[in-house]
Amino acid sequence: MSDDHKPKAESTAPELHGILAEYDTPDQLISASKKVREAGFEKWDTYSPFPVHGIDAAMGIKMTILPWFTLVAGIIGLVSAITMQWWMNAYDYPWLISGKPIWSIPANVPIMFEMTVLFSAITTLVGMLMLNGLPHPSHPLDQVKRFARVTDDKFFLLVQAADAKFDEQDTRALIDGTHPVAVENVLEDRVTPSDIPAGLVYGLIIVTCAALVPVALAVKARHSKSDKPRIHAIQDMDSQPKYKAQRENTTFADGRADREALPGTVAVGHLNEDDHFFRGRAGGGWARTFPAQVELSEETMAQGKVRFGIYCTPCHGQAGLGDGMVHKRAEPMGGGWIQPTNVTQEYVRNQPVGELFNSITNGVRNMPAYGAQIPPAERWAIIMYMRALQRSQAGTLNDVPESERGSLK
Amino acid sequence: MAAASDFNSFQAPPKGDNMFAQITDNVTRIMEAPKPPRAWYIAFAIALSMLTMFLGSITWAAWTGIGVWGNMMPVAWAFPIVNFVFWIGIGHAGTLISAVLFLFRQNWRTSINRFAEAMTIFAVMCAGIFPGVHIGRPWLPYYMMPIPNQMGMWPQYRSPLEWDIFAVSTYATVSILFWYMGMIPDFATFRDRSTSTVKRLAYGLVAMGWRGSSRQWHRYERAYLILAALATPLVLSVHSVVSFDFATAQLPGWHATIFPPYFVAGAIFGGFAMVVVLAVPARQFFGLKRIITIRHLELMNKVMIATGLLVGYAYGMEFFISWYSGSMFEGYAFVNRLFGPYSWAYWTMIACNVIFPQLFWFKNVRTNVWATLIIGMIVNVGMWFERFVIICTTLTRDFLPSSWGYYVPTKFDFMTLGGSFGLFFTLFLLFCRYLPMVAMSEVKAFSPPGGHARGHLHHAHDDAAHAHH
Repeated sequence: MSDDHKPKAESTAPELHGILAEYDTPDQLISASKKVREAGFEKWDTYSPFPVHGIDAAMGIKMTILPWFTLVAGIIGLVSAITMQWWMNAYDYPWLISGKPIWSIPANVPIMFEMTVLFSAITTLVGMLMLNGLPHPSHPLDQVKRFARVTDDKFFLLVQAADAKFDEQDTRALIDGTHPVAVENVLEDRVTPSDIPAGLVYGLIIVTCAALVPVALAVKARHSKSDKPRIHAIQDMDSQPKYKAQRENTTFADGRADREALPGTVAVGHLNEDDHFFRGRAGGGWARTFPAQVELSEETMAQGKVRFGIYCTPCHGQAGLGDGMVHKRAEPMGGGWIQPTNVTQEYVRNQPVGELFNSITNGVRNMPAYGAQIPPAERWAIIMYMRALQRSQAGTLNDVPESERGSLK
Repeated sequence: MAAASDFNSFQAPPKGDNMFAQITDNVTRIMEAPKPPRAWYIAFAIALSMLTMFLGSITWAAWTGIGVWGNMMPVAWAFPIVNFVFWIGIGHAGTLISAVLFLFRQNWRTSINRFAEAMTIFAVMCAGIFPGVHIGRPWLPYYMMPIPNQMGMWPQYRSPLEWDIFAVSTYATVSILFWYMGMIPDFATFRDRSTSTVKRLAYGLVAMGWRGSSRQWHRYERAYLILAALATPLVLSVHSVVSFDFATAQLPGWHATIFPPYFVAGAIFGGFAMVVVLAVPARQFFGLKRIITIRHLELMNKVMIATGLLVGYAYGMEFFISWYSGSMFEGYAFVNRLFGPYSWAYWTMIACNVIFPQLFWFKNVRTNVWATLIIGMIVNVGMWFERFVIICTTLTRDFLPSSWGYYVPTKFDFMTLGGSFGLFFTLFLLFCRYLPMVAMSEVKAFSPPGGHARGHLHHAHDDAAHAHH
């Protein structure tokens, strides 16, 4: 330190920080830099409004180590991304997605890439600021009025008094030899803590104290008990004023929230008054005719055929002969299998349509009930189709039109 | 009277006895002027009211639920995702100009890179809001971050939507770092030119004590180069990852390997269109015609022809692949684009993106500011429709005809879309007024050797410049 032997006085004459030279063009700055460098100075620098091409070589600036920072940060980012994804998705909480491998690199590449770039980029900026000593709020050069144009259009060279080779007269002569526009002595920074505006200091103190309030509240909450419910800022319908199934409800004598329907309750649209249509009964017995709601048409017949195919053929077979696929598979297995009814045999043929409707609705012998699956109109359509099947199995010559009988004889 | 004199003060030749000083004066007088031009106030009032509409519509959607939008199965993605992809695409041109053209030593970029980067950041901010509100409970997006929780569960890293989180947040972070670092020397210029204490303090804080030391410039330039080298693959990765949201799904019209390059080309295309839409009024009202010249606009228009043709090629290639694949679902998806219920959107897209930009083959069109501005706006409309076509035609016609539907947006969808432009332009107008709109130090470094010749900023020889003399 050059100022070790000098008395640290609060005198009005501050020490010399260095000598500043101003130039008009980048080329003048480069040639001046070469001279200063050749003279063997070490503590000196040049200042310019933009990076001057060729100044690095003129000043002998060595390549920065910044790229190595970036490389190391990139590797850390990559390794972090691999480790994070493996640990979270394959180890700590193994997450099986569509039977794919728990750990497969290709699906994890995008995040590896992004984290490599993120770590590298942040480190590059922070590393650049750190190596450059920024932020650097105050500098002796700030006192030099002409130096403000360094960010505009002027070029400067500063040799510091702290340099071992510095000598006020000799260095001044050297700098004068580089043909500067102006030369000026730069004095040491006179900024003291008392120069900071009081408003700024108090403002900072107030902001810092205010910033500690939430932290203090959080710490207090962690170490004390409260009878009040927690603050529920976002409701998300979390609490709903209603009784859930099978919970207690003291309003009722039996203490249950579930209530039975009142006797005789009928759901809207489910009164089903028409005995003929809904139950196949008419005149105190099984209905012998189709109800008025069922239209005797080709369309109804076609619907009946489709529904018969869906619900009946598995057991009764395509023609209703009791030889469906279920029967064909079950019979060879033995075990007391009873063949499904042949719906074309005489006693079934003679049953009223109402009785057939009842058999489909509620089941008969081994046959289960289909009332819950097939709407009433479709049950009637099935019966219409069954009647056609029965007719086909018990036909006589009289059923054939007279004109066609000749071909059958 | 005041507004007229303001306007003239911005148009006056820059002061200074050398080119460096003139560049400084031309850029800093926007910040130094007591008032911006009257057009700025009008634009800011419009932008601010649109921003209010934006905040109102997303608050209403969060308060009442997303039923206020037209989103309905099978089109659950709808406007919010269309707008997300649109805005994230806009951002790409900024990074391309600042990073890719830097690596290719395209020195003309120095005039436009700063506000292209600003555009990137504001566009990414607009983009980031849409997935956040689309989830319906905008207070829960942190679920997508790897934060330890009482359920012991972690994000699913094999999902492209999770890749999106990392890609977009990395992109936003790196863009902001790059933008800020580029502005440090210009903040120092603003600090040194400011006369009011408040401005000196504010610009001084963000300039962090930059004094233009050559030893600092050395590390600064190295850092800038590294960031450009990092941002280049990043910008290509971001829209590729966004395209994976579609390409890794198995829906016809989405499941295609062409998506990543096709999305990146479209993003650059739409982004350059937005740059010219912003550049033309900015240079006009703030007197930057000597720095952002007709040549810059012409070069950007040429990039738009190139990327527009790439996008047109991708549209054609999608049809070829749908035929070549032999998949009836793919074939149907593309016939449906041409003639289906959304064919009006498809043909709008083709007209805006493929047909109108061909006018830039004529030199007198691509050197005309009005033609540039209008075609830039048309391309932006077209690129929005491209995302609409991709999302809506595919989702309304998937494999099961029983789930087909037709998506109709509501007024809240339109208010949110329009409002996002309010956010974008509000930020951009504030940027124009208070931040260095042109990278002064970079323009100075690449200007003709002004040090020797004591040159002067060439007066821009274009129609607009003459109109005010």
